[in-house]
Amino acid sequence: MTDMIYLYDGSFEGFLSCIFDSYRFRESPTEICPEDETTFTLFPTRVIPTDASHAARVLHKITACSSTAAALLKKGFCTCLPEKELHLYRMIAKLLREGPAFLKNFSDETLYPILRAVHHLNSEVHQWKGFVRFSQLGGVLGSEIEPKNRVLPFLRVHFCARCQELPFFIYDRTHKEVLFCADGLWSIRPLESFQMAPPDVSEAHYRLLWKQFYDTIAIRERYNPKCRQTQMPKRYWSTMTEFQEAAFFIPQSSPADAPVPAAPAARSVPEIPAESGLSAPASSP
Amino acid sequence: MDILEKLTILTDAAKYDAACTSSGGNRTPKKGALGNTSASVAGCCHSFSADGRCVSLLKVLMTNCCAYDCKYCVNRRSNDTRRAAFTPEELADLTINFYRRNYIEGLFLSSGVLRNPDYTMEQMIRVLRILRDTYHFNGYIHAKAIPGASPELVEQMGLLADRLSVNIELPSETGLNLLAPDKSKQAILSPMRQIQARKRQSKEELTKYRHAPEFAPAGQSTQLIVGATPDSDLHILRLTQGLYDRYKLKRVFYSAYVPVVEHALLPSREVKPPLLREHRLYQADWLLRFYGFRAEELLDAEHPYFDPRLDPKCGWALRHPAFFPVDVHTADYEMLLRVPGIGVTSARRILSARRIGRIHREDLRRMGVVMKRAQYFLIASGMTPNRLSFTPDSFPLELMDAQQLPPPQQQTWTQLSLFDNVSGI
Repeated sequence: MTDMIYLYDGSFEGFLSCIFDSYRFRESPTEICPEDETTFTLFPTRVIPTDASHAARVLHKITACSSTAAALLKKGFCTCLPEKELHLYRMIAKLLREGPAFLKNFSDETLYPILRAVHHLNSEVHQWKGFVRFSQLGGVLGSEIEPKNRVLPFLRVHFCARCQELPFFIYDRTHKEVLFCADGLWSIRPLESFQMAPPDVSEAHYRLLWKQFYDTIAIRERYNPKCRQTQMPKRYWSTMTEFQEAAFFIPQSSPADAPVPAAPAARSVPEIPAESGLSAPASSP
Repeated sequence: MDILEKLTILTDAAKYDAACTSSGGNRTPKKGALGNTSASVAGCCHSFSADGRCVSLLKVLMTNCCAYDCKYCVNRRSNDTRRAAFTPEELADLTINFYRRNYIEGLFLSSGVLRNPDYTMEQMIRVLRILRDTYHFNGYIHAKAIPGASPELVEQMGLLADRLSVNIELPSETGLNLLAPDKSKQAILSPMRQIQARKRQSKEELTKYRHAPEFAPAGQSTQLIVGATPDSDLHILRLTQGLYDRYKLKRVFYSAYVPVVEHALLPSREVKPPLLREHRLYQADWLLRFYGFRAEELLDAEHPYFDPRLDPKCGWALRHPAFFPVDVHTADYEMLLRVPGIGVTSARRILSARRIGRIHREDLRRMGVVMKRAQYFLIASGMTPNRLSFTPDSFPLELMDAQQLPPPQQQTWTQLSLFDNVSGI
């Protein structure tokens, strides 16, 4: 058995295909990484083609062994854990070798890094549920986020349930993806760049009201900036209404000719079936 | 007066209320309705204000005009302050637009007593009706029942809101008579009793009829002011325990008294709000609700106040050395929960992991046990307990709150003397 680096296309199915092929070729990869992130290496590499049927077989086998492991695999793939593929691969290998008992031990060496990363993902999803700020632009709600993990598949479940009256989109600046949702249909697709349209009169009015509410609700005698920053780290502030500059609250156009945002929201939402878009593992509600 | 000004005045008047949670609701998303209050958003904080408190709900007063003259309150009749009132339509529109933009999880509606309790309640109910019926608002609503309002109005409000609350504010009747002469203990407790009875009835109905209307699905809560009256921690904690046991409250909130007014009966304006005391009470509150402690175990007549240096659980552990050390492999869940440094999550992880194999010190750390404190109270595989003998007065500094640590002092050495105990020299 030689050292072998696996390259795949970056999708979840692609990663499952890597697991399939490692068992087919009876080799254990020393690294699994997406093709576009690879650097020059002296080790032999193998490009793994994505095969949907292989992926389905792997997932079926893992689910049969343990549904907990399958859920961890899906969630773990959305985390920002360095070398997440290798960590997940080791977990699957251990599961197939020893059975699912070790999943009960939170401090297991193979499992622990993944559980930590998934915990980070879960808490980030929970925080973004609160910290996402929509702007109403025409008849569409739009917002931007800057997460560390790929949180969009998880935010989708929450916001599609919460916001059923208007179509909305959330742009992920870090992963350059956008989530569209309208009339119960949704899609997550890559989008290279995005610029939010300026607010109209009514949008600017509500932004200002919120800022005023936020500034007033704090009790001066209890001022505690450290506590605030612990609960709400500064990396979230860049996209939150209450921390924006004065220009953010000035209307740029009259409500009559409010522009539809530059994002292709209106264009691509309705005709996209639920399963399409970039392959992101489905999240549990 | 425009809406921005009204919002400023009425937020400013409402900010001393501590409760701002959106948990316990179960309004699942419906087609054509706005919002989702299912368990997935429990504890969802939309922002944190500069004092570090969670902002989950739009917390405003309907009006800050008040017929009452409670001494501790900024909105009391005799205080010279600007007054304003929302119309029900304005407030409903504001709530919907904030909710849609994901600024808030719902509305927290309280009010000063305008004319009389019944009139005030009617105004508040109108807001809730507009939200629920006109806008099909499915988000969270926490409404205050005004003490002294008629039971019919409390009934109506409970069917519209998710959570109701009646603020006790002052933890003893003497305090109430002294500082809030317009309120009586009876006027506060009777709506609480009614809400509890009505909620139980609604639960029974729901088991028989699927579509029976649900009364206050997220239960009721209350608030106690800490530090305005000379009530001890023991008194407050006993009261809390009674409220949980007898009135089935979901939460009791504590609010450190911020001296907003000068009055002979109140602490002077120079006094800082007792934030640490409030913090200790919250810690003890958690011990009552999730850790199986009783108020009498945490405090007694000899120790009616919490030690500011130690959290309540550590304090209890130091007074009960016979209970320790606890073996993580054999102790049951309730015993594990009593170890300082082990919480609900880490106790569950221990229970699960010990079925697979032995647990070592390093495993405990990974499971989230705070070893800094727990090391003195535990036995694990390959780990001898740190058998220090300590008492409530002398204990390792690791057990102390980091913020309470004394500043490092220069060690002062003294020459030992042979004659210290010899008198007459």
